[in-house]
Amino acid sequence: MGEVDWGFIVEQTFIQALGLNAAVYAIAAIGLNMHFGYAGLLNFGQAGFVAMGAYGMGIAVNQWGLPVWVAVLMGMLFAVVFALLLGIPTLRLRADYLAIVTIAAAEIVRLVARSTSLRDITRGAEGLNEFIGPFREFNPFDPSATYGIGFVQYRGNAFFAIIIGWTLAALFVLITWLLIRSPWGRVVKAIREDENAARALGKNAYRFKMQALIIGGVMGGFAGMVDAVGKATVQPDFFQASLTFFFWLVLILGGVGRVWAPIVGSMMYWGLITFVQNTGRQLVDNGVIQTTIMDVNQIDQIRYWVVGGALALLMVYRPQGIFGSREEMALDAR
Amino acid sequence: MPGRARIVMLFITSILFLVIPIAGALAQESESVTTTITVADETGERVPLEGVSITVTDSAGAEVGTGTTDATGVFMLPVPGAGTYTMLLDEATLPEGVVVANPERNPATVIVEVGQTRATIFALSSGEDDGRGPAGVTVRQVSQLTVEGIKFGLFIAMAAIGLSLIFGTTGLVNFAHGELIGWGMLMAYFFNFYGLAGVFGWMAGWPAPFGDGVNVIFAALLATILGGALGWLLDAAIFSKLRARGVGLISQMVVTIGLSLVLRYVFLFAFGGSPRFYQQYTAQTAIQIGIVDITPKDLVLSVLSALILVGVGLFLVLTRWGKAMRAVSDNRDLAESSGIDVQRVIRLVWVMGAALAALGGTFDALAEQVRWDLGFRILLLVFAGVVLGGLGTAFGALVGSLIVGVGIQLSTIWLPTELKNVGALVVLILVLIVRPQGLLGRKERVG
Repeated sequence: MGEVDWGFIVEQTFIQALGLNAAVYAIAAIGLNMHFGYAGLLNFGQAGFVAMGAYGMGIAVNQWGLPVWVAVLMGMLFAVVFALLLGIPTLRLRADYLAIVTIAAAEIVRLVARSTSLRDITRGAEGLNEFIGPFREFNPFDPSATYGIGFVQYRGNAFFAIIIGWTLAALFVLITWLLIRSPWGRVVKAIREDENAARALGKNAYRFKMQALIIGGVMGGFAGMVDAVGKATVQPDFFQASLTFFFWLVLILGGVGRVWAPIVGSMMYWGLITFVQNTGRQLVDNGVIQTTIMDVNQIDQIRYWVVGGALALLMVYRPQGIFGSREEMALDAR
Repeated sequence: MPGRARIVMLFITSILFLVIPIAGALAQESESVTTTITVADETGERVPLEGVSITVTDSAGAEVGTGTTDATGVFMLPVPGAGTYTMLLDEATLPEGVVVANPERNPATVIVEVGQTRATIFALSSGEDDGRGPAGVTVRQVSQLTVEGIKFGLFIAMAAIGLSLIFGTTGLVNFAHGELIGWGMLMAYFFNFYGLAGVFGWMAGWPAPFGDGVNVIFAALLATILGGALGWLLDAAIFSKLRARGVGLISQMVVTIGLSLVLRYVFLFAFGGSPRFYQQYTAQTAIQIGIVDITPKDLVLSVLSALILVGVGLFLVLTRWGKAMRAVSDNRDLAESSGIDVQRVIRLVWVMGAALAALGGTFDALAEQVRWDLGFRILLLVFAGVVLGGLGTAFGALVGSLIVGVGIQLSTIWLPTELKNVGALVVLILVLIVRPQGLLGRKERVG
């Protein structure tokens, strides 16, 4: 029995809202924003792109001993190849078909990566665990020290990945902003609004959609690379279908079709999840919630109720998200 | 320096000071190594092993400690700090016939980061089974796999018909259909163990079917009824409202995804993570029919599901409601203008589809195990069946599911068992590329 430690809960909430997971989810959601928010592509396989980036980079270092920069390029290459494999056959199909294909393709990536038959390359269900050394050489921070502002402190190695993560997120927001303001962005948005009209004006809709899929996919690949560097591991079961749904919630929470909204969405998502989880845990530990009603493990499951419920409710009552604009929402254009 | 700029400078320098490392300011998190020891039984299910002994040594060769796995197969040992450790599994403590699959990976090397718990995996195999079919393919093996494939295909067909008809009548891709499967399976488990109300303490002493569990056959019937009830509720409380509000189909699809997530984790909350069995018909010895071995329950379940599917087919072809369903599915506007009450037809499709999915889930769990996420696990295979047969067609869903079921089983002749579902998903994608309308669909359906 004891008091609920609100200081600790607030501290954890901020640490998570600004931490590695939030940065990774933000980057993946920025890519998803490019797909869905601007190009209108219903990508439910973003976890597959994230996996491709992480595995591309991880395999290059872990298995083939390539230098870090080559490894990052390989992570990008993997994501591009995945985008081409997905896009060439499916971008001509209707939106809901694309959803089924992308979700299936992401599952294929995960199942193949964790299979024993590819153990020599992907290390099976064990995942890649021995690639972090070369990355750590670039780490200017002392691993045994902590860094941060006020009570938001991270260890040196984590801080390094977090800095990379948020820098990339900011960079991708800038890239998205520049692209969307460019003539290219106007064509992509026009295709989202009315594909036939865009085609009648001589625009190759298929090519523009493919470019959007690749750009957003590579951003997703970078999310996987940041996650791999931050956690020093690539685990196949991290890339489950539910991961994609979390990215969707982050995107819709922040606001579809707003360049910076995924960053806010991700911080809100991780802040909310951590707050609910830690408060619940403390209430159970302190006996406020009897263990006959729920135990600590069950508290962790409640966050999925929050995620799923929020996703469904937002979609019905505020599909443009908290900061989104209704005009940018052309959900059923096709 | 003007006042404003000075304040900004002050702010920046104070941040710089805060970012200066505060070594050891935080309490040291503890490091540990962990592993979960499981082995595949004859059905391919992972079973945890208890009492397996593992010794951990540090990089200098000094022993850190020894421990054994608990009832869930989990071994966890704290280590003194970050570094490289080796974990040696004592093969003498493994059950008879179980060996380490890759002897060169025992001891396993683990690199533990500061403040991390690092997991490793020991691949175990029971005897000669290496997860891959034998090299020579026999007629007997092919027929055995075909029978198992038909059985599984029939189960997923029951779920697939509802999914396909919901898409046909409303245009909605229902990602929560897996949870309709799971709902039936878990409700059957509930009735099987607790009866109609036995979970409420004051009714505990009452006789079956109130206070005590009922036979799983009766439980499956009740689960089917409750499955239909959930289908009714979902349409009445959510999807008919969304249609009336004019919410787009893509938004409705995202709603089904959110719903699926909530329901699935409510199941986990209520049921727990470990797989369980129904009270009756768990272990049966297979009987030989011709050249195939099949357990009596699998035979009964297969025949029963085939009969139910034939019944559903006759209902769709012969009855007024069945014809109305197919008419709405074919052309909604035309059906509406010829006097069919489309909203009532859609409601019936939801009830019927959900009831069938619930029954299919119960059958599948009876043949194997009850799991909280079984529905989601087979959802993509149901999708594969529906897409293969043609989205929106009831009979296409049936044909497609059977092909998927048989295809998955037969693919294990060439593919490792763990990759069998990949084959079905690849087929799903290929069909969408080559013939997006599916085997029995009509071309204009794909816009």
